[in-house]
Amino acid sequence: MAIFLTKDSRVLVQGMTGAEGSRHTARMLAAGTEVVAGVTPGKGGRSVDFGERAVPVFGSVADAVAETGADVSVVFVPPRFTLAAVEEAVSAAVPLCVVITEGVPVRDAIRLRAAAAGRTRIIGPNCPGLISPGQSSAGIIPADITSSGRIGLVSKSGTLTYQLMYELRDLGFSTAVGIGGDPVIGTTHIDCLQEFQDDPGTDAIVMIGEIGGDAEERAAAYIAAHVTKPVVAYVAGFTAPEGRTMGHAGAIVSGSSGTAQAKKEALEAVGVRVGRTPSETARLMRSALGRAAA
Amino acid sequence: MDLYEYQAKELFGRHGIPVPPGRVAETPGQARAIAAELGAPVVVKAQVKTGGRGKAGGIRAAAGPAAAEEEAARVLGMDIKGHIAKRVLVEAATVPFEEYYAAFLVDRAEGGFLAMVSAQGGMEIEELAATDPGAIVRLPIDPVTGVDAGTARLLAAKAGLPQAAAPVLERLWTVMAEEDALLVEVNPLICTTGQQIVALDGKVTLDDNAAFRHERPAGERTGSLEDRARAKGLNYVKLDGSVGVIGNGAGLVMSTLDVVAGAGADPANFLDIGGGASAQVMADGLEIILADPDVRSVLVNVFGGITACDAVANGIVTALELLGERGHSRPIVVRLDGNNAEVGRRILSDARHPVVRQVSTMDGAAEMAARLAAGA
Repeated sequence: MAIFLTKDSRVLVQGMTGAEGSRHTARMLAAGTEVVAGVTPGKGGRSVDFGERAVPVFGSVADAVAETGADVSVVFVPPRFTLAAVEEAVSAAVPLCVVITEGVPVRDAIRLRAAAAGRTRIIGPNCPGLISPGQSSAGIIPADITSSGRIGLVSKSGTLTYQLMYELRDLGFSTAVGIGGDPVIGTTHIDCLQEFQDDPGTDAIVMIGEIGGDAEERAAAYIAAHVTKPVVAYVAGFTAPEGRTMGHAGAIVSGSSGTAQAKKEALEAVGVRVGRTPSETARLMRSALGRAAA
Repeated sequence: MDLYEYQAKELFGRHGIPVPPGRVAETPGQARAIAAELGAPVVVKAQVKTGGRGKAGGIRAAAGPAAAEEEAARVLGMDIKGHIAKRVLVEAATVPFEEYYAAFLVDRAEGGFLAMVSAQGGMEIEELAATDPGAIVRLPIDPVTGVDAGTARLLAAKAGLPQAAAPVLERLWTVMAEEDALLVEVNPLICTTGQQIVALDGKVTLDDNAAFRHERPAGERTGSLEDRARAKGLNYVKLDGSVGVIGNGAGLVMSTLDVVAGAGADPANFLDIGGGASAQVMADGLEIILADPDVRSVLVNVFGGITACDAVANGIVTALELLGERGHSRPIVVRLDGNNAEVGRRILSDARHPVVRQVSTMDGAAEMAARLAAGA
């Protein structure tokens, strides 16, 4: 089992004919993903040959959905077109829309969230997407660094996701979700915790947070009230100076709020074990599952 | 990007929000001339992007041009919490009859816009939120319809501001929406004895991601390492320590800084070279880090995901060739992990570069970099 994405998911790629879009479509196909369509306005009717399969290109999401039954969209279009692309996916009633694009204005992120509310789940923007190893990949998470298993992972950071997936590759993952490091995102830690708690294929959860906002504190409160599966966590950015953006647009300590220390304390206060390093976090997960290191 | 107060007020002026008459000065002589032009008592305000200017002595009253020159001389160059005042705003002294607080901001938790308005302005809003949270009116703002005249009147009424403040609130929202701001804050927004609503201060943060649809003031070019890094498209933040850090991915780099600190050293910088980690980007990154005289050792921490470690290792080898002698000045500790890590490590050891040392774990690599920085 998995959350949000399974072997039955039918994926369309908005911006598939662009450089990033086509590069990662090839990777998604190699990971076993059912990529059924590409969408590029004005380029409908063509198809792109990915060797093992040719993927048809449609001029609109609505056409692609009508023809292929796609139920996941992965968005690779440039920032200035992202809001319109997501609005199109929402209008076409695509249930899951994964926005990889980095650099989307916050105002657009807020508007696309509002447009999608109650209709389409948005993951991102500025995220690596999600992967259910052995089943399907929607985004840019490398598929060959881990295996399928029973750990769920939710993270603001791409490379830290990869690091943990790699360290725990022998145990494997049900689904890993990169929710993105922007200030306003569609799917939160809490959304994923809820899904992992309800997923019979997930036994334990790794949560990776970083400085900025109070999503981790909110997640801690949610865990205390609703999550019975073991959760281990990692928080990055203890040494980040106040008022500086650390790579991700949302990774900023403002005054005394958004610090890594506050997040760690909030998580530990509800019994979540927080690793000091990614490796220690992996060890904590092993001990939570009663499994020795490989 | 945070704006200086004077830039925020220029923006307010363009959107029809009343601000006190005044201009920015870089020398005491300019401050004197502005005060003479205004022909009234003035306030000389340090332009720094931090709070607590008043307490630090960065806001001073001056009765006339001579006093303005004197006060500007005192304030210019002042260090306020590590921010040096290079400019002062000289503006006509404006006496508040009442002080309010008004802000529009991004509510990260709700993923929307939020208005915060209070009849009790002037003090730190965090302090007010702690002592009298009921005094702050919070209203979520619809991102599509925004703040119209009716919403503005409602906000003013709920917060206990005079109705004359409503059009100003509406225009502050216009700044938020039309300029793609993440924060528009006025504290205090005042009502004068003449019943005029005036923005006495202004704090605006613009969304850098939206720069493509605006013409904005160019950021300051100081020739710093941060500027040089930005010109090369690198994501670099200068810090105070001696271990230079390069990594791929913002989260991994933040994590690396923490692990370096845990090993007892202070990181010299944050530098994210992104997922690809090509030879040229690696060379650019190493060049910036080695240009920092405070750096005594370098830690390169790369996880090979999409780009496998053999490609990254070749990138490092080529980068060191590109740097030539400049690459030999300080020890470089490399940790490669992930896809094809063993092949990557072998490429690096076969290259036998004299300053490169490899450690296979992040923690071990941080410890070695810390030891090398300490001169051990």
